[in-house]
Amino acid sequence: MTAAQWLLVIAWLGITAYALLGGADFGGGFWDALAGGPQRGSAQRGLIEHAIGPVWEANHVWLIFVLVLFWTCFPLVFASVASTLYIPLTLAAFGIIARGAAFAFRKASTELWQLRLFGGAFALSSILTPFFLGTVAGGVASGRVPLGITRGHIVESWLNPTSILGGLLAVGTTAYLAAVYLTADARRHGSVELAETFRRRGLAAAVVTGLLVLGGVAVLRADAPRLYAGLTGRALPVAALSALAGVVSVVLLIKRRYVLVRITAALAVAAVLWGWAVAQYPVLLPPGGTVSRTAAEPGVLRATLATTIVGLLLLVPSLIWLFALFQTQRPTR
Amino acid sequence: MPDLFAASATPADLMAARVQMAVSLGWHIIVACFGVGMPVLTVFAEWRGYRTGDDAYVRLAHRWAKVMGVLFAVGAVSGTVLSFEMGLLWPELMATYGQVFGLPFALEGFAFFIEAIFVGIYLYAWDRLSPRAHVLSGLPVCVAGVASAFFVVSANAWMNTPRGFDLVGGRVTHVRPWAAMFNPAMPLQVIHMILAAFMVTGFCIAGVYAVGMLRGRRDRHHRLGFLIPFIAAAIVTPVQVVVGDALARHLATAQPPKLAAIEGLTRTGSHVPLSVGGVFVDGELRYAIHIPNALSLLVGYRPSTVIQGLDMVAPADRPPVNPVHLSFQLMVAIGFGLLVLSAWFALAWWRRRDLPRSPWFLRLSALSGVGAVLALEAGWVTTEVGRQPWVVWQHMRTADAVNPAPGLWAGLLAVLAVYAVLTVATAYVLNRLRTRPVTAPQEEWADEALDAGTGTAREHGP
Ligand code: HEM
Repeated sequence: MTAAQWLLVIAWLGITAYALLGGADFGGGFWDALAGGPQRGSAQRGLIEHAIGPVWEANHVWLIFVLVLFWTCFPLVFASVASTLYIPLTLAAFGIIARGAAFAFRKASTELWQLRLFGGAFALSSILTPFFLGTVAGGVASGRVPLGITRGHIVESWLNPTSILGGLLAVGTTAYLAAVYLTADARRHGSVELAETFRRRGLAAAVVTGLLVLGGVAVLRADAPRLYAGLTGRALPVAALSALAGVVSVVLLIKRRYVLVRITAALAVAAVLWGWAVAQYPVLLPPGGTVSRTAAEPGVLRATLATTIVGLLLLVPSLIWLFALFQTQRPTR
Repeated sequence: MPDLFAASATPADLMAARVQMAVSLGWHIIVACFGVGMPVLTVFAEWRGYRTGDDAYVRLAHRWAKVMGVLFAVGAVSGTVLSFEMGLLWPELMATYGQVFGLPFALEGFAFFIEAIFVGIYLYAWDRLSPRAHVLSGLPVCVAGVASAFFVVSANAWMNTPRGFDLVGGRVTHVRPWAAMFNPAMPLQVIHMILAAFMVTGFCIAGVYAVGMLRGRRDRHHRLGFLIPFIAAAIVTPVQVVVGDALARHLATAQPPKLAAIEGLTRTGSHVPLSVGGVFVDGELRYAIHIPNALSLLVGYRPSTVIQGLDMVAPADRPPVNPVHLSFQLMVAIGFGLLVLSAWFALAWWRRRDLPRSPWFLRLSALSGVGAVLALEAGWVTTEVGRQPWVVWQHMRTADAVNPAPGLWAGLLAVLAVYAVLTVATAYVLNRLRTRPVTAPQEEWADEALDAGTGTAREHGP
């Protein structure tokens, strides 16, 4: 494999990590929005806050990691996407500001009106941000972002059937992942009731997202034929793996196997992303933007790959410690 | 709609993009400074508390950790917006030069990662780790904060002294990313920025406690809360003046038109005076005080040193003089003001191991944070406006880098509204944190809500 291919794989792993970890943090905001009034919803909100508080900033950095890898290693791809899709990306950026700031402000608040104000901003932006990021993915996947600065239509590139599908899928999967992850968190905190709540929600989200995917097949067939051909051709095994993992997750949720279901649910979502990648490879921006055409110079790629490997050696153990620390019960004093 | 894809942006859209970048960067840089300086002060206070058993230190560390949590979150998200804007506003810059100066950004990505991970651990694990392990978990935050500043500013320095690539027939080739990162402007600019971060953090926090002391709260908590950050900033200040002087000298060779704009110098020559104050009208600097030969002396240590004026470059390649000249004057004036304040403190401390007695010392200290922030912003205006009309010095014009998509001004309006709300909310929350009693910094209402919901009772941390 060339350095460009390695870096592409690493960047796609970064996107996957962002979807599975950062995505679940957004999903936490989704359930925060639906938790009900301040009295009834407070235990749920407390659980969500607990789960995402220590980790959301680290999870968020995956996005930055992916951005800088693309702009260093595939600069024209980055510039094309950013310039054509600047409207949804600006809206996603606002969502990112609102989500992170409101979450931190709510943590520092005590009075009910503050908790509600910042909590509302947090919840709303947690739904809108993945939606807009999903429309970006849909625009790229349906070939509406040509290579070049602002070559695509600045509105239709993200207001189209595939983009809307991408946006809804993003919201659906983040909510689904969050519900699944929260079941085990609730059980660890000793609350059967909360675990049951999130189990029901996880099942509902699984059904809704599953239906979205099935309907999406028809949308892609009409609106993004090239992607459809790839998904039903070369990427079919990956797509089938996603479907299988999705079904197994539902079964595991029903059986209350909360730790195992984390793995299968994550696998189902990751397989969607990798199915897209396999279907499209080696094209980054259809039709002409292939890996070899858009990659930076070899010297740049080698330097970036080397630093990325060294960086990951520092990063991975730190991340493992972070998650291990907060996935165990606090020592009682 | 073919006109949607016009090849270049209108002047109004270019202006909108520049203002948007300036506002979001000018906002982020203040919180970013706290991201560099605050962990060091907080971990220091915690370590002292842990070593001496002095409760005043522990309470300071708890308070500052909470503030750090808020500032780190808004810093993280406002920084993300900047990385979006690099592509949204300046796609031509990224498409052409992204691969040349991308490496420091990739490194900064990792530094930020380490920072975010250990901030999460530091803020939330006070009661999960031993005191010693907890202090140690703060150290990566300190190192990564300084490292981030280093990486980001080396990318900015590259825009001032672009290196590490060849231009063949207008195309960028033979990219050498390490040479780009270690460009000539990098060392001094990086040091100047990191020192500025410590000055901003130190004087701002000291200023808060100075206000408290002026209102009569002279207990040990306030005294230490003033002393730790003030001493840190006061130590840095004289170094900053020396570094700033070296930076200006570096400009004489690296970016002469920038130095000419800083000094309002129109004509190239020797025996050039240093111009203090004044405004640039009709191509001349008026009402300034001139110190004979001083600029030539500062740059080359002898009066015969030739300094290039604005006349060395075509009018279209000159930066606007007034913003650069005035902001530089402001930065230097504040720099010397803070130097005097630091010296005053040092004298009193050396004589009597105490603060100066005069209430004016505390009054000025209360304002020192605002001053440091103003100097910080003025410094950025000097650097950035002084580089105009280039985004990449003598290689790419800002006007050629901008996104040609229509309607950038609408984005600007939205950004102004968002940042206005963010500013108000941040100020409000920080002020609440200032006045609330100190508690341990991990989860708060969430704990109670969850415990009430699950019927588990748990004792709270330290
Ligand atoms: C008193 C003496 C000072 C001198 C002679 C000085 C000199 C300079 C010069 C020449 C530049 C332009 C660098 C370039 O464009 O390459 C600059 C930039 C800057 N200055 Fe100062 N400065 C002084 C004090 C301060 C203080 C007190 C602060 C803030 C607390 C500050 C913050 C900055 C910042 C943030 C920049 C832009 C970023 C950078 O170049 O690192 N300066 N300064």
